[in-house]
Amino acid sequence: MNQAIATRWFLACNVDDIPENGGACVKYNDTQIAIYNFSRRGEWYATQNLCPHKQQMALSRGMIGSTGEVCEPKVACPFHKKTFSLITGECLSGDEYQIITYPVQVRDGKVYIDVNQ
Amino acid sequence: MDLGVPETHVIEFAPRLMPRQIDAIGSNMLQSKLSQLGLKIHLNKNTSTIQGNGKMESLHFTDDTSLECDMLVISAGIRPRDELAHLSGLNTGTRGGILVNEKLQTNDPAIFAVGECALYDGMIYGLVAPGYEMAEVVAANLSGASKSFAGFDMSTKLKLIGVDVASFGDPYITEPDCRTIIFEDTHQGVYKRINLTRDGKYLLGGILIGDAAAYNILLQTVNNKITLPPHPEDLILGARGGCSCEAVSKGTICQAVTGEQVTTVNGMKKCTKAGTGCGGCIPMVKDLIVGTMKANGMYVKNDICEHFPYSRQELYDLIKINQVKHYDSVLNKFGKGDGCEICKPAVASIFSSVWNELIVKQDTIQDSNDRYLANIQKGGTYSVVPRVAGGEITPDNLILIGSVAKKYGLYTKITGGQRIDMFGAHVSDLPDIWEELMQGGMESGHAYGKALRTVKSCVGSTWCRFGLHDSVSFAVELENRYQGIRAPHKIKSGVSGCIRECAEAQSKDFGVIATEKGWNLYVCGNGGSKPQHAKLLASDIDKETCIRYLDRFLMFYIKTADPLTRTATWLNKMEGGMSYLHNVIVNDSLGIGEQLEKEIQVLIDGYMCEWKEVVEDPELRKRFAHFVNAPKEKDPTVEFVEMRGQVHAKQW
Repeated sequence: MNQAIATRWFLACNVDDIPENGGACVKYNDTQIAIYNFSRRGEWYATQNLCPHKQQMALSRGMIGSTGEVCEPKVACPFHKKTFSLITGECLSGDEYQIITYPVQVRDGKVYIDVNQ
Repeated sequence: MDLGVPETHVIEFAPRLMPRQIDAIGSNMLQSKLSQLGLKIHLNKNTSTIQGNGKMESLHFTDDTSLECDMLVISAGIRPRDELAHLSGLNTGTRGGILVNEKLQTNDPAIFAVGECALYDGMIYGLVAPGYEMAEVVAANLSGASKSFAGFDMSTKLKLIGVDVASFGDPYITEPDCRTIIFEDTHQGVYKRINLTRDGKYLLGGILIGDAAAYNILLQTVNNKITLPPHPEDLILGARGGCSCEAVSKGTICQAVTGEQVTTVNGMKKCTKAGTGCGGCIPMVKDLIVGTMKANGMYVKNDICEHFPYSRQELYDLIKINQVKHYDSVLNKFGKGDGCEICKPAVASIFSSVWNELIVKQDTIQDSNDRYLANIQKGGTYSVVPRVAGGEITPDNLILIGSVAKKYGLYTKITGGQRIDMFGAHVSDLPDIWEELMQGGMESGHAYGKALRTVKSCVGSTWCRFGLHDSVSFAVELENRYQGIRAPHKIKSGVSGCIRECAEAQSKDFGVIATEKGWNLYVCGNGGSKPQHAKLLASDIDKETCIRYLDRFLMFYIKTADPLTRTATWLNKMEGGMSYLHNVIVNDSLGIGEQLEKEIQVLIDGYMCEWKEVVEDPELRKRFAHFVNAPKEKDPTVEFVEMRGQVHAKQW
């Protein structure tokens, strides 16, 4: 891996650190990032761990799923079940909240997150 | 009064105020409202003379009383001037007015009458607007066009010295020609009356005194023949119920269903914001949506969520018959999409009730509390509650709880269910905390699960001088019997040793009270936001019968209730209600009694303490970390505040 890629992609954890069809949290400096292993769809997502509703570090502990005809992947905060798109970060429960989403790459059993946004 | 006149009197010839606009109760309300403002009101007063010399001095009445005054304002009503018609031999009404048809023609087709002299359909129209309308009809017909008069909306809204007075549509129609809803608040001086069609579908008219804010919407509802919501009383009572966080009234919610075709709770959240605050109103919002849909003849299907076209009961049977044990298989076989936060825990609950496997095996379909086997609290820490069956605890276990709480810096509080809750545990400390509790013989209290919480008990005959039977032993037995069994919602219970009911058994999902001859069994009670007394299922039964009925009752509930529906709501929605439930449980009317007993016995026999499984399994323990790439580190954002010698979570 060359230098530019190494600084852009942060090695977050091993694939098996994140439960299937669920999430877990990693620490990147002072930032908490929630990573989701959407194994049912063979997809990986990452968002901020902070739920903007009540400022709780909890999204990684939420249930994931999908909604609508297009099966928009989403996560539901465990506190009050506000749901957020894992693709756009938009709040899907009708509030004005927006969360940060990060590109994820999985290679050789390792999970990398693009932290240079 | 605004002119600074110190004493004002109102003289009314009729026995009440505004007799043509409002009804008798409305008049009384208006009268008391005006009296409060300092007006002196005289009814049934017929003025005979105005006396004075050079200036006005007094009024004299036909009842030989008089009133001194300096100024007189005359407000006269109308009386049809039909003398000419009388002289010409035209037909007139018994109380005056020239009889006309819809073309304003009198009985002489060459003669028309318009304005306040005309009597159309029993009505004299004393306002200028209907007069113009009548004139237009006559002019149109005279010039060869065809137009007819169809009455005129006499709805009015005015302010009488600051008091709202309004009437609209047909304010006087009475039962049995209509149904009437009346709201009268003599304290605030508010009177509201609405007249509905007998089938309750349309609004005919009404009266508003003291608060006429709803006048415009009510007038439009009458004039445009808008179908009424299922609870038309909301039209005059406004926001009762509904969502109090976001101030969304029941009426608004019903309107969103009929007007905007909103049929889901999520849709309602987006459309009206109802249920987006604390969420406590969501069950009611759901009921309102379903109720309104039914009332409007819309097809209501009790689907779990967008991913499954089945009710919980249907899915329960499908999972059982088809022997499905994995969430993704259920989704592939019976659903679509990728699931969500509604169907995942619902299916997980069905799995527990049907297969009774360890819930941590499929931890990511569990709601957060069941995933981490603890209750998430403000700040993202968890609370820990070991089981204290019947509220009976040994000094050693008290000491153990105390020392564990001290070691991990936990806040302790006695719960309403007679046990001890320890708050503020970091997720990574949970397995260690439980390991220590287990060494002292304590087990999970399932405070995090939709399962039996506690069987509260009074001290009963072992100590109490009134106690009839040993309520503590029975409570301990029941709590140990049903512990860990997952249900559509949490289950609370109580056992009281006598009718004094110190264990509050009648406010529980199931409650038992000792009698002289045995035990009384109550079911489907609730505390919470909508308290409801439990209902008597069987009286003076022995302990074995009580347990048999409870087995049947609980299993019947587990199999048939909707997700997150407590027993009280389940019963309220059950067709046939308590007599049906009594028949099923006590008389075994469906012939399923034995089957229910067998099914719950499987769940009872399969009990395992989930925390014991986790504590003894290093792989499972690993899941209890905040950072997977730094498992030893705790969440640095967790903050505690000190209060009365303990910590609590920082407020959000």
